[in-house]
Amino acid sequence: MSACVGSDLGRPDGPAKVSGRAVYVADLAVAGAWHGGAVRSTIAHGRVLRIERKPGFDWRRVVVVGPGDVPGDNVQELLSDDQPILAERVVRHVGEPLLLVAAPDLPTLEAALAALRPIVEPLPAELDFESATRVLHEVSIDKGDPGARFDSPPPGARLFEGTWRTDSQEQLYVEPQGCVAWPADADGTVVVRGSMQCPHYVRKALARCFGIAPERARVVQLTTGGGFGGKEEYPSVVACHAALLARAAGRPVRIVYDRHEDLLVTPKRHPSRVHHRTLVAADGTLLAMDVDVLLDGGAYTTLSPVVLSRACLHASGPYRCEHVAIRGRVVATNHVPSGAFRGFGAPQTCFAIERQMDRIARALDLHPFALRRHNALRLGDATATGQVLHDSVGSLAVLDAVAARTGIDRHRWCAPAMAVPSSNSGRVRGLGMSFFFHGAGFTGSGEELLKGRVAIRLLPDGRAEVAAGSTEIGQGTTTVFTAIAADALGCDPGDVVVAVPDTAAVPDSGPTVASRTCMVVGSVLASACRELAARIGGAAGDFRSRARAWLAAGGDGIVEHVYGSPPGLVWDQATYRGDAYPCYGWAADVAEVEVDLDTLEVDVVRLTTAVDVGKAIQPRLVEGQITGGALQAIGWAQCEVVSSRDGRVQQDRLATCIVPTTKDAPRFDVTIVEQPYAHGPFGAKGVGELPMDGGAPAVLAAIEDALGVPADRVPATPERLLALLEQRERTS
Amino acid sequence: MQTDGPAPDRTPASRRSGGFSRRSFLKGASIAAVGGPAGAAATAGGAILTDAPRDTGTIPAGQLREIALRVNGVERRVAVETRTTLLDALRDGLDLTGTKKVCDRGACGACTVLVDGQPTNSCLMLAHDAVGREITTIEGLASDAALHPVQQAFVEHDALQCGFCTPGFVMSAVACLGKHGKPSPATLRHELAGNICRCGTYGRIFAAVQDAAGRAGR
Repeated sequence: MSACVGSDLGRPDGPAKVSGRAVYVADLAVAGAWHGGAVRSTIAHGRVLRIERKPGFDWRRVVVVGPGDVPGDNVQELLSDDQPILAERVVRHVGEPLLLVAAPDLPTLEAALAALRPIVEPLPAELDFESATRVLHEVSIDKGDPGARFDSPPPGARLFEGTWRTDSQEQLYVEPQGCVAWPADADGTVVVRGSMQCPHYVRKALARCFGIAPERARVVQLTTGGGFGGKEEYPSVVACHAALLARAAGRPVRIVYDRHEDLLVTPKRHPSRVHHRTLVAADGTLLAMDVDVLLDGGAYTTLSPVVLSRACLHASGPYRCEHVAIRGRVVATNHVPSGAFRGFGAPQTCFAIERQMDRIARALDLHPFALRRHNALRLGDATATGQVLHDSVGSLAVLDAVAARTGIDRHRWCAPAMAVPSSNSGRVRGLGMSFFFHGAGFTGSGEELLKGRVAIRLLPDGRAEVAAGSTEIGQGTTTVFTAIAADALGCDPGDVVVAVPDTAAVPDSGPTVASRTCMVVGSVLASACRELAARIGGAAGDFRSRARAWLAAGGDGIVEHVYGSPPGLVWDQATYRGDAYPCYGWAADVAEVEVDLDTLEVDVVRLTTAVDVGKAIQPRLVEGQITGGALQAIGWAQCEVVSSRDGRVQQDRLATCIVPTTKDAPRFDVTIVEQPYAHGPFGAKGVGELPMDGGAPAVLAAIEDALGVPADRVPATPERLLALLEQRERTS
Repeated sequence: MQTDGPAPDRTPASRRSGGFSRRSFLKGASIAAVGGPAGAAATAGGAILTDAPRDTGTIPAGQLREIALRVNGVERRVAVETRTTLLDALRDGLDLTGTKKVCDRGACGACTVLVDGQPTNSCLMLAHDAVGREITTIEGLASDAALHPVQQAFVEHDALQCGFCTPGFVMSAVACLGKHGKPSPATLRHELAGNICRCGTYGRIFAAVQDAAGRAGR
């Protein structure tokens, strides 16, 4: 029976969200809750001398928590122990928290925060990642012998070099960060509810902060107003702060950031510089690639090693090449720490390889579409890590789909460095394309180590409850789980409920990140459901009656399964060889832009995309992920500026932190391609991040086509385009 | 991150408060309210309450003044400061939390309510200035039995993901239909340009609102 998978069930949370009844963290009624906030560094790097308390403020009205009040380790639990919960002697970025304050109401809190003045002696700040020397993590990927190839190229081969840069990007989840924490109950359990992607990450952070067993921290996700990676690691910071204040105040404490604070202090996308050297045969065959990837990690390690890893694993693009060297470094600066954002390093390196391919195509007088198709990875090919693609490779299918929809394969491109095109309307048009893939799930042995667990359990009324730590953050987890469970159990979707992610009540299915929830967690759910269905049998009667009968007969109504990697996957983390991901999603974009020749504003008027998702469990949700991710990519490509001055983020309010509005949204033309993945539920692969990867190179290629100037940096703002045009006039 | 200057202010003109920054606007308004006759809006209401015990929300246990607001057809009394915004009065004073606080500076539309039928950023209006006006919030759209046609269309077209911008969008859409009947695509884009959706559901929202306009049979 497969009634729900492939259909559109509709979100169970839809009616509550459209009527304002959904309860987000700021909406939760909590009797007696105080408001929490932080005293923060105003400079990028400095030695903390003392914190002055303004006399005249009645400090009995508030509670103040410092580094010495952390009962466990003053360490923000993540990959490395370098980030304190509260800085004690040295501050390393603007906005770093020094002290926490809780007060009965916000005006009192604001007055208290204003009455605490950190005295910090400035130290030299590293604010240029391209010259920074402190390396947080390195990655090397080697295939074949690129050195020998570059040293003695075959006759007719040509060498191309290119340097490509991308700036930071703000996630701008519409709901700001926030948590409510309660002081430890009689059992010594600390409870936190809040806006988050990964409740079990938060639990682990609280356990470290309080020096307690993870079971003594209970974390419950509330309705979450968007994440996009921004609520992967950072909610642990908010939760620890709120919980420390609740402990000190002896009452619940709520921290909800206002937008200004959220924009100033939370992690954003890693800025990048990627340098390519590519050896290419006259017919366009890629002979050897040498890629150097540099990321700005900001002040602390956070998730940077994993972001760098994914960046490097996507740096050679979805292309065949026998000789590849990829070197990646993420360096420390005194910027706000960089962190998770949809795509997780891949959009940066995808931008670089795709623009490099355009440069090669034009120099060799080959069509960019033909060059890509000629070199595209196919079934049976090996990636840069030597992973042989055995299954579910939609590369040619997505390329051919966008060609059929747009005629991009016949488009005559504007040659770079031609004169500024003339136009009666004052606007010029251009087309650009990109071709990309995205590894779904955790890298390498990640899923094997994580061992995500999912339970399906029968409720007394005969309905089946899905229990997992995976969160609904708008992407449709609840709907997707319902569809998978209903079809695997052979019941109606109305017979399925999805439990609230509560670490005290659901198994740890792993974080809601890495395009893994549908593919990885969904596959565990499907197998657990099939076992439960087999148990209760397919006798007469509807599902609920059979389930109730099974329970009444004393049957065990709970099945919990653990993720097991598909057989044959091999990964060597030390050498970066082997199967980097269980499988890949594949996609191609064609962007059509109009550029205003007076203002150089870029309008993306249409984006055509074809995406291989394995199987669309819920086609309408899949299309929502594709268009939503692509719109974020389009924003990053041309209008989303994140810059800093002396380490302070300049776009610190929504009037200046620009993201696409209704007027910026292009028309989307989406083709869903389904090349089933044998180990995904019903063939599904991850889709959440993939659409973020290809928009920027396609849009910049289209701008290049429209204006005839080489666009090598994201975002391509009017100011940057003007500089490129002026540079061309000077040199021509 | 690069050391360029800040991006230009691209707040849609329809959402800017006539050249005032919100801060200067509020400052001026509260001086007026304290220092002299500030019109019926600011001085209407009841006695000055001191040390009213409150432990939720943004309204402090300070000098509060009770005012009457007509919200969703019902007269409600709420204690506010002169500087309290309509948004904070709705959320914290009246527990109408469907109206969302996102930027608190009139740049995102998430706090949109109808004031005498006009879409209004409730973060840019003082509660005192809303006295005597007819306020409709997201909670006032649906009857017990059924969603408002615009809400229903949002559900049917899956015109939402995380849902946090959704109440504001629904209110702007209701106002747009009230003003234009069956708006053209360009009109719809313009009328909704003050609301931000980061999940990127704009296309679905356009489809939902046009569907609702069609159903309304205008």
